[in-house]
Amino acid sequence: MEHYLSLFIRAIFVENLALAFFLGMCTFLAVSKKIETALGLGIAVILVQVITVPANNLIYQYLLKDGALAWAGLPDVDLSFLGLISYIGVIAAMVQILEMAMDKYAPALYNALGIFLPLITVNCAILGGTLFMVERDYNLAESAVYGVGSGLGWAMAITAIAGIREKLKYSDVPDGLQGLGITFITAGLMALGFMSFSGIQL
Amino acid sequence: MASQAKTNVVDPLIDNNPITLQVLGICSALAVTTNMMSSLIMCIALTTVTAFSGLFISAIRKHIPTNIRIIVQMTIIASLVIIVDQVLKAYAYEASKSLSVFVGLIITNCIVLGRAEAYAMKNPPMLSFLDGIGNGLGYSLILMAVAFFRELLGAGKLFGHQVIPVANEGGWYIPNGLMLLPPSAFFVIGLMIWAIRSWKKEQVEKPDYQIHQVHRTEVL
Repeated sequence: MEHYLSLFIRAIFVENLALAFFLGMCTFLAVSKKIETALGLGIAVILVQVITVPANNLIYQYLLKDGALAWAGLPDVDLSFLGLISYIGVIAAMVQILEMAMDKYAPALYNALGIFLPLITVNCAILGGTLFMVERDYNLAESAVYGVGSGLGWAMAITAIAGIREKLKYSDVPDGLQGLGITFITAGLMALGFMSFSGIQL
Repeated sequence: MASQAKTNVVDPLIDNNPITLQVLGICSALAVTTNMMSSLIMCIALTTVTAFSGLFISAIRKHIPTNIRIIVQMTIIASLVIIVDQVLKAYAYEASKSLSVFVGLIITNCIVLGRAEAYAMKNPPMLSFLDGIGNGLGYSLILMAVAFFRELLGAGKLFGHQVIPVANEGGWYIPNGLMLLPPSAFFVIGLMIWAIRSWKKEQVEKPDYQIHQVHRTEVL
Protein backbone atom coordinates (compact mmCIF):
# COMPACT_ATOMS: atom_id res chain seq x y z
CA MET A 1 0.00 0.00 0.00
CA GLU A 2 2.74 2.39 1.01
CA HIS A 3 4.50 1.69 -2.27
CA TYR A 4 1.45 2.77 -4.27
CA LEU A 5 0.91 5.85 -2.16
CA SER A 6 4.47 7.01 -2.70
CA LEU A 7 4.19 6.31 -6.43
CA PHE A 8 1.02 8.39 -6.49
CA ILE A 9 2.54 11.36 -4.68
CA ARG A 10 5.67 11.13 -6.80
CA ALA A 11 3.63 11.14 -10.03
CA ILE A 12 1.73 14.26 -8.95
CA PHE A 13 4.48 16.41 -7.49
CA VAL A 14 8.04 15.19 -7.90
CA GLU A 15 7.66 13.90 -11.45
CA ASN A 16 4.97 16.32 -12.57
CA LEU A 17 4.50 15.68 -16.29
CA ALA A 18 4.06 19.34 -17.18
CA LEU A 19 6.57 21.08 -14.97
CA ALA A 20 9.30 18.49 -14.51
CA PHE A 21 9.23 16.73 -17.89
CA PHE A 22 7.60 19.45 -20.01
CA LEU A 23 5.06 17.15 -21.57
CA GLY A 24 1.87 18.50 -23.08
CA MET A 25 3.49 21.92 -23.28
CA CYS A 26 1.75 22.95 -26.49
CA THR A 27 -1.69 22.67 -24.94
CA PHE A 28 -0.31 23.83 -21.60
CA LEU A 29 0.64 27.16 -23.14
CA ALA A 30 -2.14 27.45 -25.70
CA VAL A 31 -5.25 26.52 -23.67
CA SER A 32 -4.42 28.22 -20.37
CA LYS A 33 -5.97 31.64 -20.76
CA LYS A 34 -9.02 30.90 -18.62
CA ILE A 35 -9.34 28.80 -15.48
CA GLU A 36 -12.58 27.14 -16.59
CA THR A 37 -11.29 25.87 -19.91
CA ALA A 38 -8.01 24.82 -18.32
CA LEU A 39 -9.87 22.87 -15.65
CA GLY A 40 -12.05 21.20 -18.30
CA LEU A 41 -9.02 20.15 -20.28
CA GLY A 42 -7.34 18.96 -17.08
CA ILE A 43 -10.27 16.71 -16.22
CA ALA A 44 -10.31 15.31 -19.75
CA VAL A 45 -6.60 14.52 -19.46
CA ILE A 46 -7.13 12.74 -16.12
CA LEU A 47 -9.94 10.64 -17.64
CA VAL A 48 -7.95 9.64 -20.70
CA GLN A 49 -4.78 9.01 -18.70
CA VAL A 50 -6.64 6.75 -16.24
CA ILE A 51 -7.89 4.59 -19.11
CA THR A 52 -4.95 4.57 -21.52
CA VAL A 53 -2.01 3.91 -19.19
CA PRO A 54 -3.42 0.63 -17.80
CA ALA A 55 -4.76 -0.35 -21.25
CA ASN A 56 -1.36 0.16 -22.82
CA ASN A 57 0.19 -1.66 -19.89
CA LEU A 58 -1.90 -4.73 -20.72
CA ILE A 59 -0.88 -4.52 -24.37
CA TYR A 60 2.77 -4.16 -23.43
CA GLN A 61 2.76 -6.97 -20.85
CA TYR A 62 0.79 -9.52 -22.86
CA LEU A 63 1.54 -8.76 -26.50
CA LEU A 64 4.61 -6.66 -27.15
CA LYS A 65 7.22 -7.30 -24.48
CA ASP A 66 10.11 -9.66 -25.21
CA GLY A 67 8.73 -13.14 -24.59
CA ALA A 68 5.26 -11.83 -23.80
CA LEU A 69 3.65 -14.03 -26.41
CA ALA A 70 4.67 -17.18 -24.51
CA TRP A 71 0.99 -17.77 -23.71
CA ALA A 72 0.34 -18.13 -27.44
CA GLY A 73 3.19 -20.60 -27.84
CA LEU A 74 5.62 -18.04 -29.29
CA PRO A 75 8.21 -17.45 -26.53
CA ASP A 76 10.90 -16.09 -28.89
CA VAL A 77 8.90 -13.27 -30.41
CA ASP A 78 9.77 -9.70 -29.46
CA LEU A 79 7.31 -7.19 -30.83
CA SER A 80 8.44 -4.21 -28.77
CA PHE A 81 9.33 -2.27 -31.95
CA LEU A 82 5.59 -2.07 -32.64
CA GLY A 83 5.13 -0.25 -29.35
CA LEU A 84 4.81 3.34 -30.52
CA ILE A 85 2.25 2.65 -33.21
CA SER A 86 0.14 0.45 -30.92
CA TYR A 87 0.13 2.96 -28.07
CA ILE A 88 -0.91 5.87 -30.25
CA GLY A 89 -3.57 3.68 -31.84
CA VAL A 90 -4.93 2.76 -28.41
CA ILE A 91 -4.90 6.39 -27.34
CA ALA A 92 -6.71 7.57 -30.47
CA ALA A 93 -9.28 4.79 -30.16
CA MET A 94 -9.82 5.36 -26.42
CA VAL A 95 -10.36 9.07 -26.94
CA GLN A 96 -12.90 8.30 -29.64
CA ILE A 97 -14.73 5.76 -27.46
CA LEU A 98 -14.68 8.06 -24.46
CA GLU A 99 -16.13 10.80 -26.61
CA MET A 100 -18.98 8.61 -27.80
CA ALA A 101 -19.69 7.17 -24.35
CA MET A 102 -19.79 10.62 -22.80
CA ASP A 103 -22.05 11.89 -25.54
CA LYS A 104 -24.52 9.11 -24.68
CA TYR A 105 -24.32 8.90 -20.89
CA ALA A 106 -23.03 12.26 -19.68
CA PRO A 107 -24.12 14.90 -22.18
CA ALA A 108 -23.47 17.76 -19.78
CA LEU A 109 -19.88 16.73 -19.26
CA TYR A 110 -19.56 16.05 -22.99
CA ASN A 111 -20.67 19.57 -23.85
CA ALA A 112 -18.24 21.00 -21.37
CA LEU A 113 -15.26 18.95 -22.57
CA GLY A 114 -16.35 18.40 -26.17
CA ILE A 115 -13.79 20.46 -28.02
CA PHE A 116 -10.87 19.33 -25.87
CA LEU A 117 -11.21 15.61 -26.30
CA PRO A 118 -9.88 15.36 -29.87
CA LEU A 119 -6.97 17.61 -28.88
CA ILE A 120 -5.92 15.08 -26.29
CA THR A 121 -4.89 12.49 -28.87
CA VAL A 122 -1.94 14.66 -29.74
CA ASN A 123 -1.17 15.75 -26.19
CA CYS A 124 2.34 14.54 -25.42
CA ALA A 125 1.45 14.10 -21.76
CA ILE A 126 -0.76 11.13 -22.62
CA LEU A 127 1.75 9.33 -24.82
CA GLY A 128 4.52 10.39 -22.43
CA GLY A 129 2.73 8.79 -19.50
CA THR A 130 2.49 5.54 -21.43
CA LEU A 131 6.12 5.65 -22.52
CA PHE A 132 7.33 6.29 -18.97
CA MET A 133 5.18 3.38 -17.80
CA VAL A 134 6.89 1.13 -20.37
CA GLU A 135 10.37 2.45 -19.61
CA ARG A 136 9.92 1.84 -15.87
CA ASP A 137 8.20 -1.51 -16.43
CA TYR A 138 5.23 -0.91 -14.12
CA ASN A 139 2.76 -3.71 -13.47
CA LEU A 140 -0.98 -3.24 -13.95
CA ALA A 141 -1.75 -1.87 -10.47
CA GLU A 142 1.24 0.47 -10.52
CA SER A 143 0.31 1.74 -13.96
CA ALA A 144 -3.25 2.49 -12.84
CA VAL A 145 -1.92 4.50 -9.89
CA TYR A 146 0.61 6.23 -12.13
CA GLY A 147 -2.13 7.08 -14.64
CA VAL A 148 -4.28 8.78 -12.01
CA GLY A 149 -1.34 10.56 -10.40
CA SER A 150 0.24 11.88 -13.57
CA GLY A 151 -3.14 13.03 -14.90
CA LEU A 152 -3.89 14.86 -11.66
CA GLY A 153 -0.47 16.49 -11.65
CA TRP A 154 -0.91 17.78 -15.18
CA ALA A 155 -4.44 19.05 -14.48
CA MET A 156 -3.20 20.85 -11.39
CA ALA A 157 -0.34 22.48 -13.27
CA ILE A 158 -2.52 23.79 -16.12
CA THR A 159 -5.16 25.11 -13.72
CA ALA A 160 -2.49 26.88 -11.69
CA ILE A 161 -0.92 28.58 -14.71
CA ALA A 162 -4.37 29.60 -15.98
CA GLY A 163 -4.99 31.27 -12.64
CA ILE A 164 -1.74 33.17 -12.89
CA ARG A 165 -2.43 34.20 -16.49
CA GLU A 166 -5.87 35.54 -15.61
CA LYS A 167 -4.26 37.92 -13.17
CA LEU A 168 -1.34 38.59 -15.48
CA LYS A 169 -3.41 40.20 -18.19
CA TYR A 170 -3.86 43.27 -15.99
CA SER A 171 -0.13 43.83 -15.62
CA ASP A 172 2.06 46.00 -17.78
CA VAL A 173 4.22 43.57 -19.73
CA PRO A 174 6.93 44.88 -22.14
CA ASP A 175 5.72 44.71 -25.74
CA GLY A 176 8.03 41.97 -26.96
CA LEU A 177 7.19 39.72 -24.03
CA GLN A 178 3.44 40.16 -24.40
CA GLY A 179 1.53 36.88 -24.59
CA LEU A 180 3.78 33.92 -25.29
CA GLY A 181 7.00 35.34 -23.88
CA ILE A 182 5.72 36.16 -20.43
CA THR A 183 3.90 32.82 -20.30
CA PHE A 184 7.20 31.04 -20.82
CA ILE A 185 8.84 33.00 -18.02
CA THR A 186 5.88 32.32 -15.71
CA ALA A 187 6.00 28.61 -16.50
CA GLY A 188 9.73 28.68 -15.77
CA LEU A 189 9.13 30.21 -12.35
CA MET A 190 6.46 27.60 -11.65
CA ALA A 191 8.86 24.84 -12.65
CA LEU A 192 11.41 26.31 -10.23
CA GLY A 193 8.76 26.14 -7.52
CA PHE A 194 8.03 22.52 -8.33
CA MET A 195 11.71 21.68 -8.13
CA SER A 196 11.48 22.12 -4.39
CA PHE A 197 9.63 18.79 -4.35
CA SER A 198 12.51 17.03 -6.05
CA GLY A 199 14.47 16.55 -2.85
CA ILE A 200 11.68 14.48 -1.32
CA GLN A 201 12.57 10.81 -1.05
CA LEU A 202 9.55 8.54 -1.06
CA MET B 1 7.27 27.11 -58.09
CA ALA B 2 10.91 27.84 -57.38
CA SER B 3 10.11 30.92 -55.33
CA GLN B 4 7.38 29.02 -53.47
CA ALA B 5 9.90 26.31 -52.65
CA LYS B 6 12.32 28.90 -51.31
CA THR B 7 9.64 30.53 -49.18
CA ASN B 8 8.70 27.16 -47.75
CA VAL B 9 12.22 26.58 -46.51
CA VAL B 10 13.20 30.11 -45.45
CA ASP B 11 9.96 31.43 -44.01
CA PRO B 12 9.72 29.14 -40.95
CA LEU B 13 13.26 30.05 -39.83
CA ILE B 14 12.42 33.39 -38.18
CA ASP B 15 9.33 34.97 -39.73
CA ASN B 16 7.02 32.07 -39.05
CA ASN B 17 9.03 30.01 -36.61
CA PRO B 18 7.16 26.93 -35.34
CA ILE B 19 8.34 27.39 -31.75
CA THR B 20 8.40 31.11 -31.12
CA LEU B 21 5.39 32.09 -33.21
CA GLN B 22 3.18 29.10 -33.90
CA VAL B 23 3.69 27.62 -30.36
CA LEU B 24 4.21 24.13 -31.71
CA GLY B 25 6.58 21.40 -30.59
CA ILE B 26 7.65 22.95 -27.34
CA CYS B 27 7.79 19.85 -25.15
CA SER B 28 10.91 18.41 -26.66
CA ALA B 29 12.46 21.82 -27.20
CA LEU B 30 12.62 22.20 -23.44
CA ALA B 31 13.54 18.71 -22.40
CA VAL B 32 16.45 17.74 -24.62
CA THR B 33 18.40 20.98 -24.67
CA THR B 34 20.80 20.41 -21.78
CA ASN B 35 23.56 19.52 -24.22
CA MET B 36 24.11 20.24 -27.88
CA MET B 37 24.77 16.67 -28.98
CA SER B 38 21.38 15.30 -27.95
CA SER B 39 19.65 18.40 -29.33
CA LEU B 40 21.38 17.87 -32.66
CA ILE B 41 20.20 14.27 -32.84
CA MET B 42 16.70 15.33 -31.87
CA CYS B 43 16.71 18.01 -34.59
CA ILE B 44 17.83 15.60 -37.28
CA ALA B 45 15.21 13.06 -36.17
CA LEU B 46 12.41 15.63 -36.13
CA THR B 47 13.35 17.23 -39.45
CA THR B 48 13.46 13.82 -41.12
CA VAL B 49 10.07 12.82 -39.76
CA THR B 50 8.41 16.15 -40.61
CA ALA B 51 9.78 16.20 -44.15
CA PHE B 52 8.91 12.61 -45.01
CA SER B 53 5.50 12.69 -43.34
CA GLY B 54 4.75 15.77 -45.44
CA LEU B 55 5.88 13.94 -48.56
CA PHE B 56 3.89 10.75 -47.93
CA ILE B 57 0.74 12.37 -46.58
CA SER B 58 0.67 14.80 -49.46
CA ALA B 59 1.19 11.98 -51.97
CA ILE B 60 -1.95 10.18 -50.78
CA ARG B 61 -3.90 13.28 -49.75
CA LYS B 62 -6.57 12.79 -52.41
CA HIS B 63 -7.30 9.24 -51.24
CA ILE B 64 -7.62 9.93 -47.50
CA PRO B 65 -11.27 10.11 -46.36
CA THR B 66 -11.70 13.29 -44.28
CA ASN B 67 -13.34 11.53 -41.33
CA ILE B 68 -10.41 9.31 -40.54
CA ARG B 69 -7.59 11.56 -41.73
CA ILE B 70 -6.10 12.03 -38.26
CA ILE B 71 -5.73 8.28 -37.78
CA VAL B 72 -4.17 7.88 -41.23
CA GLN B 73 -1.74 10.73 -40.56
CA MET B 74 -0.91 9.27 -37.15
CA THR B 75 -0.17 5.87 -38.68
CA ILE B 76 2.22 7.35 -41.23
CA ILE B 77 3.94 9.51 -38.62
CA ALA B 78 4.18 6.67 -36.10
CA SER B 79 5.74 4.37 -38.71
CA LEU B 80 8.34 7.02 -39.58
CA VAL B 81 9.14 7.56 -35.91
CA ILE B 82 9.56 3.82 -35.39
CA ILE B 83 12.08 3.77 -38.26
CA VAL B 84 14.00 6.69 -36.77
CA ASP B 85 13.90 5.09 -33.33
CA GLN B 86 15.22 1.77 -34.63
CA VAL B 87 17.99 3.48 -36.63
CA LEU B 88 19.06 5.42 -33.54
CA LYS B 89 19.04 2.27 -31.40
CA ALA B 90 21.17 0.50 -34.00
CA TYR B 91 23.76 3.20 -34.74
CA ALA B 92 23.67 5.62 -31.80
CA TYR B 93 22.60 3.54 -28.83
CA GLU B 94 24.01 5.85 -26.16
CA ALA B 95 22.28 8.88 -27.67
CA SER B 96 18.98 7.08 -27.97
CA LYS B 97 19.26 6.08 -24.29
CA SER B 98 19.85 9.67 -23.22
CA LEU B 99 16.90 10.93 -25.26
CA SER B 100 14.76 8.25 -23.56
CA VAL B 101 11.08 8.74 -24.36
CA PHE B 102 11.53 11.91 -26.36
CA VAL B 103 12.19 10.18 -29.67
CA GLY B 104 8.87 8.37 -29.30
CA LEU B 105 7.22 11.63 -28.44
CA ILE B 106 8.01 13.00 -31.92
CA ILE B 107 4.72 11.25 -32.84
CA THR B 108 2.79 13.73 -30.75
CA ASN B 109 5.04 16.64 -31.59
CA CYS B 110 2.60 19.25 -32.75
CA ILE B 111 4.93 20.45 -35.53
CA VAL B 112 4.63 17.16 -37.41
CA LEU B 113 0.86 16.82 -37.20
CA GLY B 114 0.34 20.57 -37.50
CA ARG B 115 2.24 20.78 -40.79
CA ALA B 116 0.59 17.60 -42.09
CA GLU B 117 -2.83 19.02 -41.37
CA ALA B 118 -2.19 22.62 -42.37
CA TYR B 119 0.07 22.19 -45.37
CA ALA B 120 0.55 18.66 -46.70
CA MET B 121 -3.19 17.96 -46.99
CA LYS B 122 -3.54 20.80 -49.49
CA ASN B 123 -0.29 20.96 -51.43
CA PRO B 124 1.76 18.76 -53.79
CA PRO B 125 4.36 16.33 -52.38
CA MET B 126 7.60 18.14 -53.25
CA LEU B 127 6.43 21.44 -51.75
CA SER B 128 5.21 19.63 -48.63
CA PHE B 129 8.58 17.93 -48.32
CA LEU B 130 10.33 21.32 -48.46
CA ASP B 131 7.82 22.78 -46.02
CA GLY B 132 8.68 19.94 -43.65
CA ILE B 133 12.41 20.65 -44.06
CA GLY B 134 11.84 24.35 -43.44
CA ASN B 135 9.82 23.84 -40.28
CA GLY B 136 12.27 21.22 -39.07
CA LEU B 137 15.08 23.71 -39.57
CA GLY B 138 13.17 26.47 -37.80
CA TYR B 139 12.71 24.11 -34.86
CA SER B 140 16.38 23.10 -35.02
CA LEU B 141 17.51 26.73 -35.04
CA ILE B 142 15.75 27.47 -31.75
CA LEU B 143 16.72 24.15 -30.22
CA MET B 144 20.41 24.54 -31.06
CA ALA B 145 20.44 28.13 -29.82
CA VAL B 146 18.86 27.14 -26.51
CA ALA B 147 21.21 24.18 -26.15
CA PHE B 148 24.19 26.44 -26.97
CA PHE B 149 23.43 28.79 -24.08
CA ARG B 150 22.46 26.05 -21.66
CA GLU B 151 25.53 23.90 -22.26
CA LEU B 152 27.97 26.82 -22.48
CA LEU B 153 26.75 28.62 -19.37
CA GLY B 154 25.80 25.50 -17.46
CA ALA B 155 28.90 23.37 -17.96
CA GLY B 156 31.33 25.52 -19.97
CA LYS B 157 31.18 22.96 -22.76
CA LEU B 158 30.06 22.79 -26.38
CA PHE B 159 29.28 19.36 -27.88
CA GLY B 160 30.94 17.88 -24.80
CA HIS B 161 34.26 19.69 -25.32
CA GLN B 162 35.45 22.04 -22.60
CA VAL B 163 35.41 25.58 -24.04
CA ILE B 164 35.57 27.68 -20.89
CA PRO B 165 37.83 26.34 -18.12
CA VAL B 166 35.56 25.77 -15.11
CA ALA B 167 36.51 26.66 -11.54
CA ASN B 168 36.70 23.21 -9.99
CA GLU B 169 39.18 22.14 -12.66
CA GLY B 170 41.44 25.14 -12.07
CA GLY B 171 39.78 27.54 -14.52
CA TRP B 172 38.07 30.85 -13.85
CA TYR B 173 34.47 30.14 -14.81
CA ILE B 174 32.03 29.10 -12.10
CA PRO B 175 29.34 27.16 -13.97
CA ASN B 176 25.78 28.32 -13.51
CA GLY B 177 24.08 25.12 -12.38
CA LEU B 178 20.65 26.64 -12.94
CA MET B 179 21.20 26.44 -16.70
CA LEU B 180 21.31 22.66 -16.54
CA LEU B 181 18.04 22.47 -14.63
CA PRO B 182 14.72 22.25 -16.48
CA PRO B 183 13.29 25.73 -15.65
CA SER B 184 16.14 27.55 -17.37
CA ALA B 185 14.88 26.31 -20.74
CA PHE B 186 11.71 28.32 -20.19
CA PHE B 187 13.70 31.44 -19.36
CA VAL B 188 16.03 31.05 -22.35
CA ILE B 189 13.14 30.56 -24.79
CA GLY B 190 11.16 33.39 -23.18
CA LEU B 191 14.08 35.76 -23.58
CA MET B 192 14.64 34.58 -27.16
CA ILE B 193 11.02 35.34 -27.99
CA TRP B 194 11.54 38.79 -26.51
CA ALA B 195 14.63 39.32 -28.64
CA ILE B 196 12.97 38.11 -31.86
CA ARG B 197 9.86 40.21 -31.27
CA SER B 198 11.86 43.32 -30.50
CA TRP B 199 13.51 42.83 -33.87
CA LYS B 200 10.36 41.80 -35.81
CA LYS B 201 7.73 44.13 -34.38
CA GLU B 202 4.87 42.62 -36.39
CA GLN B 203 5.05 39.44 -34.26
CA VAL B 204 4.12 41.27 -31.06
CA GLU B 205 0.81 40.05 -29.64
CA LYS B 206 -1.93 42.46 -28.68
CA PRO B 207 -2.64 42.51 -24.95
CA ASP B 208 -6.05 41.15 -23.92
CA TYR B 209 -6.64 44.05 -21.67
CA GLN B 210 -5.31 47.45 -22.58
CA ILE B 211 -3.95 49.34 -19.62
CA HIS B 212 -4.83 53.01 -19.86
CA GLN B 213 -3.05 54.20 -23.03
CA VAL B 214 -1.12 57.20 -21.67
CA HIS B 215 -0.04 55.23 -18.61
CA ARG B 216 3.67 55.18 -19.42
CA THR B 217 4.00 58.83 -20.27
CA GLU B 218 2.11 59.73 -17.11
CA VAL B 219 4.69 57.89 -15.07
CA LEU B 220 7.43 59.75 -16.90
